[in-house]
Amino acid sequence: MAEVTETQLPGVGVRYEFTTRDGARLGVLHHHGGRREIVVYDEDDPDRAASVVRLDGDDSRTLSELLGATQVTEAVRAMQQQRIEGLTLEWIDLPARSAMVGRTIGDGELRSRTGASVVAVIRGETTEPAPGPDFVFEAGDVAVAVGTPDGLELLRQALRS
Amino acid sequence: MTPVLAAASNEAALAFIEIGAVALVLALLARLAGRLGMPAIPLYLLAGLLVGEGGVATLDVSEDFIALAAQIGVLLLLFTLGLEYTGDELRHGLRSGSTAGAVDAVANFLPGLAIGLLIGWEPTAALLLGGVTWISSSGVVAKLLADLDRLGNRETPSILNVLVIEDLAMAVYLPIVAALVVGRSAADTALTVAVALAAVGAILVLALRGGDRLSALLAPASNESLLLAVFGLILLVGGLAEQLQVSSAIGAFLVGLALSGVVQERASALIEPLRDLFAATFFLFFSFQIAPATLVDVLGIAAVLGVVTAATKMVSGWVAAGGLGVAERGRIRAGTTLIARGEFSIVIASLGIGLADGDDLGAVAAAYVLLTAVLGPVAARFADRLPVHPRLRAMARR
Repeated sequence: MAEVTETQLPGVGVRYEFTTRDGARLGVLHHHGGRREIVVYDEDDPDRAASVVRLDGDDSRTLSELLGATQVTEAVRAMQQQRIEGLTLEWIDLPARSAMVGRTIGDGELRSRTGASVVAVIRGETTEPAPGPDFVFEAGDVAVAVGTPDGLELLRQALRS
Repeated sequence: MTPVLAAASNEAALAFIEIGAVALVLALLARLAGRLGMPAIPLYLLAGLLVGEGGVATLDVSEDFIALAAQIGVLLLLFTLGLEYTGDELRHGLRSGSTAGAVDAVANFLPGLAIGLLIGWEPTAALLLGGVTWISSSGVVAKLLADLDRLGNRETPSILNVLVIEDLAMAVYLPIVAALVVGRSAADTALTVAVALAAVGAILVLALRGGDRLSALLAPASNESLLLAVFGLILLVGGLAEQLQVSSAIGAFLVGLALSGVVQERASALIEPLRDLFAATFFLFFSFQIAPATLVDVLGIAAVLGVVTAATKMVSGWVAAGGLGVAERGRIRAGTTLIARGEFSIVIASLGIGLADGDDLGAVAAAYVLLTAVLGPVAARFADRLPVHPRLRAMARR
């Protein structure tokens, strides 16, 4: 895979860039609100966006569908937008020192102890949708969890200490 | 009972008619600005001049109401600004943009300060003028970048980092000048400043540390309850900050910083319409207090300031974008994008309204914002057609 550079745009979002195999410079801009922009850089002035395509959430889904990407993060975002009263969604990352590293979801009895559920785990570039009780955590995993604010706080403590 | 009610409703009727008419005029101006592709702030300022002291159609009844609404406008402006940034973005912006931020501060603060002192203003008014020329308009810059399709450009992070640093610097600058404006003895002022800065620091830490908890607390709220809770928090924290002599605007800014995640997005969507309403009132009310004749008198000074500080913003942009290895074209785009001053300059100038030179300061700031907010975006639009001296190109590519 090509090397992707990531740049923070304060107040706007995050920009990812890479050079395609035949030398074109391509960027994808993730707005905080969920909109995306695809940017192709100018050959003469590589700092300038020569053309820009704006995509809303639906467009992005269509495009990534066409490109064949996994859709878990999008599905999760949609769920988040429907907003079930009292239920919150949270991303919790696992530090290397976490007691859960190397243990399974079942070992930790996370669901029964906290009331919150881990609905997906993001590991590097891949995503594990609906991980089962035998799923083993690694350091740097990001758990996507659903629950009440209190339950999520408990889960956060369980995963981060 | 009846006569009082009758008198009140009569007055209310008059106030409604005035406010309604003004709002309709502002609506037309906002639309015109959109059509012309320019920021609306200069048009609001012009409208304020026309209906204010010595203008063509003076308003009189609703001044009290408008004054309070204008204050709320400042709080909401600063709140939505703080809302745009997450704690991580602030930390990142501070780390990667501090050199450029320092150059930006020195290059753009000093011209305002120097010219203020040169024309014989009291030091406090000159310090405020330095602030007026220092801070670029986040609103205008953000809109320019989006409108010109430059968000993806390589120089854009450097521009945004300069804005982050400027906004954070305001959290320190505003309490200091607010204390100076009160104008007590040096020891008293020093104490006030110390208390204010300690309070800012404490709220900032609280906002960054406890922000997640606050957001989690607010997350289950319905839209109605969230709107009221956020609006209440803004006014409450703003008022408490003001009690501690930290300007209320900074309190509101920090509330914005504290909110994160889903709550941040929802609050932004809910508060934005309110912000637009009250902020328009603020700009209108600011120039409402300026006699058009004074504005004409200071036009020369404002023009000199505008030219000098357009050049110094070019320096800021050049240095900031250069830090990311951007070539000369991009550096010039960054500089021209930063020229526009706006909401912040007006907020700073409004602090000095009570000073002896306050009227002149207000007039200079209004004229200056009119010039830079109109011409800055034009410069940014045509930045790629500006001629570049070969020596500059060599400098950028070295």
